[in-house]
Amino acid sequence: MVKNPRWIVYLLTFIALLFIPRILSIHDLMLFEYGMTFAIVGLGFNLLLGYTGLLSFGHGAYFAAGAYTVAMIAKYLPQAYALEILIPAALFFSMVLSIIFGFVCVRHTKIFFSILALSLSMLLFALLFKLYHITGGSDGLRVPLPTLFGMSFKGIRRPEFLSGTYYYFLLGMFSVSFLIMKGIVSSPFGKALQAIRDNEVRAELIGIRVRRYRLYAFVISGMFVGLGGALWTFVNGHVTADLSHWVFSGEIVYMTLLGGFGIFEGPIIGAIIFTYLKLYAMGNTQYWMFVIGGTLIVLVLLLPNGVAGAFSSLWAMIKKKSD
Amino acid sequence: MLTIDNLKKHFGSVKAVDHVNLKITEGEIVSIIGTNGAGKTTLVNLISGYIKPDSGRILFLDKDITYASPYIRIKLGVGRSFQLIQLFSNCTVLDNVRTALFSKYGMIRRGLLPADRYASVTDEAIKILDSFSMSDKKNLTPKGLSEGDLKILDIAIAFALKSKLLLLDEPTSGVATNDKFKVMDSIVKAIKKERISTLIIEHDMDIVSGYSDRVVVMHEGKVIAEGKPNEVMENKEVKATVFGIVS
Repeated sequence: MVKNPRWIVYLLTFIALLFIPRILSIHDLMLFEYGMTFAIVGLGFNLLLGYTGLLSFGHGAYFAAGAYTVAMIAKYLPQAYALEILIPAALFFSMVLSIIFGFVCVRHTKIFFSILALSLSMLLFALLFKLYHITGGSDGLRVPLPTLFGMSFKGIRRPEFLSGTYYYFLLGMFSVSFLIMKGIVSSPFGKALQAIRDNEVRAELIGIRVRRYRLYAFVISGMFVGLGGALWTFVNGHVTADLSHWVFSGEIVYMTLLGGFGIFEGPIIGAIIFTYLKLYAMGNTQYWMFVIGGTLIVLVLLLPNGVAGAFSSLWAMIKKKSD
Repeated sequence: MLTIDNLKKHFGSVKAVDHVNLKITEGEIVSIIGTNGAGKTTLVNLISGYIKPDSGRILFLDKDITYASPYIRIKLGVGRSFQLIQLFSNCTVLDNVRTALFSKYGMIRRGLLPADRYASVTDEAIKILDSFSMSDKKNLTPKGLSEGDLKILDIAIAFALKSKLLLLDEPTSGVATNDKFKVMDSIVKAIKKERISTLIIEHDMDIVSGYSDRVVVMHEGKVIAEGKPNEVMENKEVKATVFGIVS
């Protein structure tokens, strides 16, 4: 494992991330935490896009499933409002939702898959929006600070919570997600997904049950996105039905493209950049959507492999010259 | 090994396969020749389960597979390659073969350890590539291969499934003339070593006569002649319908 220079970079990055709360201001740290939760989302989303070849415009639904699991438990089951219960619960409900939605979606590919995923997420959006008495409708639900293994954070302000215990909890969750996903994509299972992505006819003819494996990928992807959604709620403190709206799903696609879906680390880089880009664009101009849209156009035209892809190509060029 | 009994497949008024009977024994290499539209590819599609027949039976190892899914046939040992090469274009040559092996051994559900950790499967994949003289290209993707190598890799994937019957649809089409025999040599060497029964669709008569134990001639969905390559080449009806030679 350590023989590979890539793992040395991962290890150094992890060590650097341990010191982030001491370096960044609380405002920038919160933004970074948003970025980390989206990085987990990106890892999950890219299993479907980059490794299975399915573009979903409805992954906001699984993000919402994770986020609303936390918010609903806070409202209706406060005695179970502990991180060690909330995370497995969020994983469970995002898994259930992605099994149901995935079962319908994986029967199709390409644009039909994308539109189906989008439609189903909008169905969830309509439910979250209309069932006001249960979900809080357009007002959404507030998310208080949870407990962790009996540790209570009562009386602590959210920024303090986020810059202390929670940051390290989040870093731990991100690291575990990273390692699990890295294992998945390089495993025989991951190779089967890549075979399906490249040539589903041949994949079927080497004995891979294409539809079934697409569903597996869909569910794993949904669970990662649900986990990201659950972790995001503690940073944000509030959930609304917009999380299941296609616009939010579009942002997940955007950040994955920004980082580059052809490279494992791409969506992580994309998630961090997108978080800062969106906030600074929103803070500086009311035409922030132009900035986001303009970046997307530049990206598609000049950097089709995203930021990580561009760096990777540059590195390959330097290496070739030095050889 | 394979018995085709009175197989029929019509597409509207077109009699693609019309009451065909055929037997292939273990380790035998049989070529099917015929003009375009003779029904050769339809017959292979019927055997591999890609399409279903109107009537008749297909027995493989004494099991009736006439209406079995392609998945079941693959598991039983029917492998195929395609006229238009079907590969995993963004995966390495090694992964193209190794994924087939993982599938064959029911290991594709294993989702946490890297594929490289399964050393025995990786070694076997390299051995297969070696038998097709391709192990030195194992880290390339198909995009970096010649047409001949692509054909060989396509067959190596089918080979990795430990198929007992291989269906090869025009294994040398698109390959440069001077590479055709090299491609066929490496394919047939590997096939003979494992005693795999093989059904080849081929247009090139030099290939057919050089590598087949038996030749079956199809015309308008029917088998019109069958026998050793030199016998078939001398058959008057074959000469007239396939080669357009009227004596």
